[in-house]
Amino acid sequence: MATLFPKKKSSSVGRTLRHGDVPWMAILFVMAILVLVLMLAIGWSVWDQSSASRQTFGASFVAPTTDSSWDPVNDHFQAWPIITGTLITAVIAIVVATPISIFIAIFLAELCPDRIRTPLNFMVEMLAAIPSVVFGLWGIFVFLPGVVKPVGDFLGNTLGFLPLFSGTIPASGTSRLGASLILTIMIIPTITAVTRDVLRAIPRAQREASLALGATRWEMIWQVLLPYGLSGILGAIILGLGRALGETMAVTMVIGNNTVEASGSLLKPGATLASVIANEFAEAVSKLHTSALIQLGLILFVMTLLLNMIARLLVWQVARRVPSEARA
Amino acid sequence: MTTMTRTLSRSSIPAKGRYQRRHAVNAVMLGLTGFFTLLALIPLVWIIVYVIQAGAPAITLELFTKLPAGLGQVGGGVLHAIEGTLVVTLLASILSMPVGVLTAFYVATHPNTPLGLAVRFGTDVLAGVPSIVIGLFGYALIVLPQGHYSALAGGVAIAIIMLPTIIRTTEEMIKLVPNAMREGSLALGAPEWKTSLRVILPAALNGVVTGFMLAIARGVGETAPLLFTVLGNDRYDIGQIVQGGQSIGAIVNRILDQPTDGLTLTMWKYAQQPFPERVQQAWAVALVLMLFVLGINILARVLTARSQLKGNS
Repeated sequence: MATLFPKKKSSSVGRTLRHGDVPWMAILFVMAILVLVLMLAIGWSVWDQSSASRQTFGASFVAPTTDSSWDPVNDHFQAWPIITGTLITAVIAIVVATPISIFIAIFLAELCPDRIRTPLNFMVEMLAAIPSVVFGLWGIFVFLPGVVKPVGDFLGNTLGFLPLFSGTIPASGTSRLGASLILTIMIIPTITAVTRDVLRAIPRAQREASLALGATRWEMIWQVLLPYGLSGILGAIILGLGRALGETMAVTMVIGNNTVEASGSLLKPGATLASVIANEFAEAVSKLHTSALIQLGLILFVMTLLLNMIARLLVWQVARRVPSEARA
Repeated sequence: MTTMTRTLSRSSIPAKGRYQRRHAVNAVMLGLTGFFTLLALIPLVWIIVYVIQAGAPAITLELFTKLPAGLGQVGGGVLHAIEGTLVVTLLASILSMPVGVLTAFYVATHPNTPLGLAVRFGTDVLAGVPSIVIGLFGYALIVLPQGHYSALAGGVAIAIIMLPTIIRTTEEMIKLVPNAMREGSLALGAPEWKTSLRVILPAALNGVVTGFMLAIARGVGETAPLLFTVLGNDRYDIGQIVQGGQSIGAIVNRILDQPTDGLTLTMWKYAQQPFPERVQQAWAVALVLMLFVLGINILARVLTARSQLKGNS
């Protein structure tokens, strides 16, 4: 048996190499490797291209600061307000989107009548398919004045004593709140789809056992399904967080791109890593500015890479655990 | 069980009240699931309806056939962006489809090897890399060495965006092909490559095409990777380039070698301009884009549903 690559679980017993198989397998091998090389190349290129900025600013680039620190005119760059802006908007989006998404996933996986399940699943997918820039256009002209501004005024009036809601929202509605809310809409499909698949993968016996003990359907969902799928749902949330951190166009269009706003208030315009890159890169004149922007990309890459790896491992873990338990 | 009896004995609520409360909670929570599902559909419907309302009046023949008019002037179109999107997407498809399909073959036929797992994992992670970072990569890979922005750089960046979608859908489709077909082909003496290309690929073709379509929809809708790869060029016109009348190689080179534009990019720029005509055109482009992307998704859905029906019968 002359196989080029060892196969642990193979249906083809005693496969022999025939004419043309060696080049074919070599091509497949190269293509497969290419995907991994691509990941490394992306990481290396943002690392390499940001070297000027990294050498000039060192750790101060990411260190906490309160002064006006992102200053293209004087070639001085510190990313703290941008990093916090990214984290605040993404975390708020996750906090709002997670319960909503889990409820929707429960509805789609457990309760929804079969007749409307397919259309509903499809509509959730549609929401994910709308281009980000369309979200942004709708955001500027419809969502900011129509929803974000009133919500921001309300939050400012009632919860203004909290630092998170201090100040007043600009008349245009351009703010971190706007970015958070539009991100919420955009990540709901991500979290919903993964959570739904996790719930559907849970063996029937788990549900039946709980219901047979007299649990109501909600108790079955709350006490059995959600704990059982917890790691997968956590993975879904982290995937959503990764998407929220990296989302560019819609956020750029509604957040106002204020790179020096150091207060943590949601009602103020702000900036995210992605929005600053999108907004300033093509106009960056100095080498150092370009390099600093690429370093923002490096930070973003590392953050999303780690989150995605964790999330995928969590989701895979559920997927892998389920069949073996279902069999037993 | 023990926790249940403990809470039972500790609580002072009579049994009937407890029963009613449990069912009330049940009803409220199940009701909430439906409520939130409806809530999530509101933005979808709102966006679609609003884009149609705002965009439809600006859909004219001129929009598709003319280059932009001067700033503040009425008329003109987005031909440059349409051509740019076509060029970039075509190039991205040519680059990503063979790589994606072949990688999918590797992953599907080597599911539990270290490299197979690594590639699957890498594909999933690549899908999560923010598109703007991929744009930076396109800039570093092509724009910097060449010294200028180009359609080529945009095509490469979009190809990387499309790759994970193609790999994952193709892999799923290859796995759905019955193993007996593969074994039958091998038993007849066909080599592995012939089996893959002449037996498995045709059998999975419906799904593979669906994957391509979804990838194209994704690629056409992307903006961030284009920002600093193709940059934007409102005089981009293939018609004029072709009229230059050199050899095909030179023409292709000129098409790919200069900055170009894209529908999404144009939308983004127009949305920020103070001219109402431009904003109006941004809505029209949004409508075209949305119909294209949603149309492809619907078509892909129909295709998969049909192939699944065929598989079941």
